[in-house]
Amino acid sequence: MSHAVTEAPAKPVPAKGKPALSEGKRAERRLGLLLCAPAAIVMLAVTGYPIAYSIWLSLQRYDLRFPDERQFVGFENYVAVLSNSYWWTAFGTTMFITVVSVAIELVLGMALALIMHRTLVGRGLVRTVTLIPYGIVTVVAAFSWFYAWTPETGYLANALAGESAPLTEQWPSLWIIILAEVWKTTPFMALLLMAGLALVPDDLLKAASMDGANAWQRFTKVMVPVMKPAILVALLFRTLDAFRVFDNIFVLTNGANDTASVSMQTYNNLIKGLNLGIGSAMAVLIFITVALIAFIFIKVFGTAAPGSDQGGKR
Amino acid sequence: MAEIVLDKVTKRYPDGALAVSEMDIEIADGEFVILVGPSGCGKSTALNMIAGLEDISSGELRIDGARANEKAPKDRDIAMVFQSYALYPHMSVRENMAFPLRLAKVDDATVRSKVEEAAEILDLTQHLDRRPSNLSGGQRQRVAMGRAIVRSPKAFLMDEPLSNLDAKLRGQMRTSVSKLQRQLGTTTVYVTHDQTEAMTLGDRVVVLRGGIVQQIGSPQFLYDHPANLFVAGFIGSPSMNFVPATLEDGSLKSPLGTITLTDRVRRLAEAANAPREVVAGLRPEHFEDAALMEESHRQSGSTFTATVDVLESMGAEKYAYFTVEEELATTAELEELAADAGSADVPGTGSTIVTRLSASSEAREGRPLDVWFDPDRIQLFDPSNGANLTYSG
Repeated sequence: MSHAVTEAPAKPVPAKGKPALSEGKRAERRLGLLLCAPAAIVMLAVTGYPIAYSIWLSLQRYDLRFPDERQFVGFENYVAVLSNSYWWTAFGTTMFITVVSVAIELVLGMALALIMHRTLVGRGLVRTVTLIPYGIVTVVAAFSWFYAWTPETGYLANALAGESAPLTEQWPSLWIIILAEVWKTTPFMALLLMAGLALVPDDLLKAASMDGANAWQRFTKVMVPVMKPAILVALLFRTLDAFRVFDNIFVLTNGANDTASVSMQTYNNLIKGLNLGIGSAMAVLIFITVALIAFIFIKVFGTAAPGSDQGGKR
Repeated sequence: MAEIVLDKVTKRYPDGALAVSEMDIEIADGEFVILVGPSGCGKSTALNMIAGLEDISSGELRIDGARANEKAPKDRDIAMVFQSYALYPHMSVRENMAFPLRLAKVDDATVRSKVEEAAEILDLTQHLDRRPSNLSGGQRQRVAMGRAIVRSPKAFLMDEPLSNLDAKLRGQMRTSVSKLQRQLGTTTVYVTHDQTEAMTLGDRVVVLRGGIVQQIGSPQFLYDHPANLFVAGFIGSPSMNFVPATLEDGSLKSPLGTITLTDRVRRLAEAANAPREVVAGLRPEHFEDAALMEESHRQSGSTFTATVDVLESMGAEKYAYFTVEEELATTAELEELAADAGSADVPGTGSTIVTRLSASSEAREGRPLDVWFDPDRIQLFDPSNGANLTYSG
């Protein structure tokens, strides 16, 4: 691409098999590339460089406690991480939290979206109120959940947990983490889905009821298929976000009792443990997983990549 | 097959706006009825109430004699064609047309044969496996029709089904809709704002204005005997000319000269207790170039002389436009019609008389022309309420 920018516009090169571009087209293309360049450079600087650097770090033995032992070790860090049960426990935990919370969010978010879409009075107020959880800083919200579930002082712990301390046991902790996640991000899901609902023309639903569909059939056979692109985008965004869950776990359990997510493990190794090599390997693995999830969504389910035209392939 | 009766059906929105007021229509089995009127006249609301997509505020809707006010749309067994076609974008043409049958749990073999039969009628067979997004406007329109006819409903409701097509295609589809309806013999209610569609398609036309039925009748009857100014101005293209006039001792003083009324017109006007000030209406085809008239025939009518502003030669006929000196008649009805046609925004159209002359007329732009017209064709309207004073239904 950058080649085209610097290329002298003088001689057309028809030999490459592509039809030669006219002078005007070339100038236009050059201008286009030049206009994109600043944004592309900034993007590369803030995303490309860190990614490349952590890949580079992940291939080295590099512990800040023993900086002198820094050494290129190839994939040794990956072998160490992938053969470690802590990693796989964290991976399983993260997957569990991701799948369960996104599934619940989808159902609740859809319900909320339908309600907001249909609301006739106080529409603005209803939408604002719904968005409040999403507007609260995650750590703050996490602390309020933490205190609520703290035995003796917390109202939820007193009401529901009896004598036990749910945040000290694995499964109750996981469900509380999921609860906190769902509470916080359902509004976001609802907003994305509501945008999708707006894409379903009223006439289509009217036509369906004339064709003999009841409310549930209208929802499943018309509404959902038509807004499928919006649903998939919402799912993709939320899945990617949920997979990187960190703050709620950090505050609620700090990863105790096998409740740590992969992000927690990475943090523990990279920041707390100062092991740049292992930590970076974990970060790269998270990156690969997230990329895989996105790839599956876009290629297998046909999610329209944000920004692509025509709504991708349907 | 069904008869549909609207008995004082009224739609009042929660904010108090009255969309349809005490509409009384009896639609016979197999009849093709057109609801026509300018935008906002309540025709779509009326259709939606028959469909069940809008609640009826008061009055009763009967389908086949049974009250249907509270029935859900899906239980009314009525099919509807929308202006937007409302095709399901995620389904193929075949699936679109099969959708109502699938919902009715019809078995696969029947679905297949019915869809293919409908596709045959509508010439869609080779498009059955395509998506609506890959079809042209006319094809989409036909798919929408196909989805309506596959399940042989009691009635078709059509909400401006041809409005999104270009003029030529609209003409063709108009013919095929008419043919299809005759072929199937299904009761049809058709909403349009286009008076040409209203004139050509329906067995009967219902003209609506502001939610109130103005007149119901066959297209020709509405054309010949409009009940009021609004119907007179709405039906017919180019529309009727209206001039202010004064009734005096059996003659009519108007910008077109003093016209001696025929006995028939005079009797009707007297019977209707006509006021002194009236609005006189004459259709463009009731004028003729006086030079083309035989002397004897010419004596039977009135003549006026005016300068031709614009002459449009259509080949088979010529349209000559004149400007009259006085302001043309304006009433609330006529203003509404002008606003709907958009002619209120065109400068200079306010005081123009349109006449249709024979192609052999030698009228020239900018030249004065003797124009003949038949005074027996004059219709007189009461300017205060728009009623036709010469109505003879």
